[in-house]
Amino acid sequence: MDITTDPQKPAAAPVPHQPPGKDGKRAARGATRPGDRIFLGLSRGSGILVLAIMAAIAAFLSYRAWLAISEDEANFFTSFEWNPSGIPPEFGIAVLVFGTVVSSVIAMAIAVPVSVGIALFITHYAPRKLGGAIAYVIDLLAAVPSIVYGLWGALFLVPHMDGLFGWLDEYLGWTGIFEWSGGAPRSLLTVGILLAIMILPIITNVSREVFRQVPRMHEEAALALGATRWEVIRMSVIPFGRSGIISASMLGLGRALGETMAVAMVLSPTFDINASLLDPGGGTFAQNIASKFNEATVMGRDALIASGLVLFVITLLVNGGARMIIARRKEYSGANA
Amino acid sequence: MKLQRMNRRALALGALAVSGALALTACGSDDTGGNSSGGDASAAADSNIKCDDAKGQLQASGSSAQKNAIDAWVKQYVAACNGVQINYNPTGSGAGITAFTQGQTAFAGSDSALKPDEIEASKKVCKDGQAIDLPMVGGPIAVGFNVPGVDTLALDAPTLAKIFDSQITNWNDEAIAKLNPDAKLPDLKIQAFHRSDESGTTDNFTKYLKDAAPKDWKYEPGKSWEAKGGQSAQGSSGLAGQVKQTPGAISYFELSYAKDGIKTVDIKTQAAEPVKATVDNATAAIGAAKVVGTGKDLALELDYTPAADGAYPIVLVTYEIVCDKGNKAETLPATKSFLNYIASEDGQGLLKDAGYAPMPTEIITKVRETISGLS
Repeated sequence: MDITTDPQKPAAAPVPHQPPGKDGKRAARGATRPGDRIFLGLSRGSGILVLAIMAAIAAFLSYRAWLAISEDEANFFTSFEWNPSGIPPEFGIAVLVFGTVVSSVIAMAIAVPVSVGIALFITHYAPRKLGGAIAYVIDLLAAVPSIVYGLWGALFLVPHMDGLFGWLDEYLGWTGIFEWSGGAPRSLLTVGILLAIMILPIITNVSREVFRQVPRMHEEAALALGATRWEVIRMSVIPFGRSGIISASMLGLGRALGETMAVAMVLSPTFDINASLLDPGGGTFAQNIASKFNEATVMGRDALIASGLVLFVITLLVNGGARMIIARRKEYSGANA
Repeated sequence: MKLQRMNRRALALGALAVSGALALTACGSDDTGGNSSGGDASAAADSNIKCDDAKGQLQASGSSAQKNAIDAWVKQYVAACNGVQINYNPTGSGAGITAFTQGQTAFAGSDSALKPDEIEASKKVCKDGQAIDLPMVGGPIAVGFNVPGVDTLALDAPTLAKIFDSQITNWNDEAIAKLNPDAKLPDLKIQAFHRSDESGTTDNFTKYLKDAAPKDWKYEPGKSWEAKGGQSAQGSSGLAGQVKQTPGAISYFELSYAKDGIKTVDIKTQAAEPVKATVDNATAAIGAAKVVGTGKDLALELDYTPAADGAYPIVLVTYEIVCDKGNKAETLPATKSFLNYIASEDGQGLLKDAGYAPMPTEIITKVRETISGLS
């Protein structure tokens, strides 16, 4: 009698397992009622539709990218040139890979420690009210559109970076990485700092949720063994939350890799690579597409699509790598406990 | 209730006034002069704009460089011809030409003349004809600079080329001092800004450098910046903003962006005196241009080394692109009537207030003849 009211049962258990008799027959018929069939069709159709759309997009992008790359007279992966409408067309993504990776790495290097610190402070140190207030402000930070970050970056951050750049040049200039020739600070370092601010909320929010999940027992056990607060965090909170921190960082990295308008407004993109992070050199994939798309010829558009595909592949690789790390760490973390 | 409604009306009026003011400032007209003459034009326009049997929607897209000019024209034209609606989408010249050759738009705006393969592609949409260039809007490309303590600066083409190629890196360089004996040039790093996006302004500016200083500018002219080094920013407004906030900066943009105290370089040509970047001086230089288009095509070849006094050499001309034959029947009357208006004396007269240069008489006469023959 109850069987018919449980929608899971008929689907999970095949018909033959149903006990014979009136009730069983009714149950079997229930599985093929019009409503069920329609719902099955709709959900299966949605699943297939998503795959079909993805396949169509991938096919279109790959086709257009192939059109461009097959005409490319320069090496697509190593050339420092972007002139797809030239005769012959010459373009390569080396500079874009460099700029995208470097600016994202700077952003991660700044944002991850700060975000984890904020999350720990909110969950383990701050009084409840203060923690709530900080969390609220962080949420607000996440709601600011990237073009506003771009405006702020170009009109406020850039003119105020001179001091930091001068300091870096004076004390760390000998490394070559922090050499500054005195130009306007519209470089990868400035972009990295801006990106760090932009991805801070995502990483903080996700880490905070993960740290909240740490079993009370773990912490109390550590405390009972005489651990200090820092030791509790080091021994129970961080190990438990490690995979969560990695996932959070990947979400942040995804945004940093794909950020478009803010980068386009703050960076002085050039098509060469500069060892110094303080002088202009490099561009990013998304910024390059945004900058070049408006006036692009057919060939130029295909070349931009090709560069977009590469960004897509990089994102896939990064995400895959992160998943592998998480999967491997799972055994050691408290997640399975 | 009544009070509320009044308030709402007042608000709407206020919004109208604000948007009107915005539109005016966007045109770059400096003061009420532009405003009042615009008003006069609209009063006079009723008699001068010939609507003929134009009606319907006119879709167009292309160059963003002529956006403000088109906006000013559309405002006047639509006021006179009620039946017509004109949407000009500033998607950029490349996208505008593509949209036109795919038959999506009635005309395109472009800041460079059609290339042979684009003309070939246009034959699909122009039955028995092809796409042609009609030069309609001119404009000086100003070189703005921000050097504390220097108000006027004269530079010639080779010096400009070296500055933008990072060969001259300090404002107290001898080459600059020689051209400006009276200026107190500071010991300050030059920050040459170029466009990070592709742009017809870059195309025309580099064409000038290549033509006027072939020894010092080794790069091929084009919409994307080829030279190494220097800084960059997006859009003309981005460049103007950087010049304003960065001491030592120099950059190029359409004259209408050189406001709010941005100073512009006087260009030293073969003429006796360095030439200021003004609308009149640009028109003088465009007068030296030759028509190089074949048939009805009126593509221009600009003279970047004019010798005449008061001819400003760094100019850009934007074209309207239509079919000479085989325009779509439903949009032809409106297209023809609108083009007739913008090529008329009234239409060209509006340009100056918007920071653009009208076409010289000789060229615009040919344009008018060509428009009357469109079919």
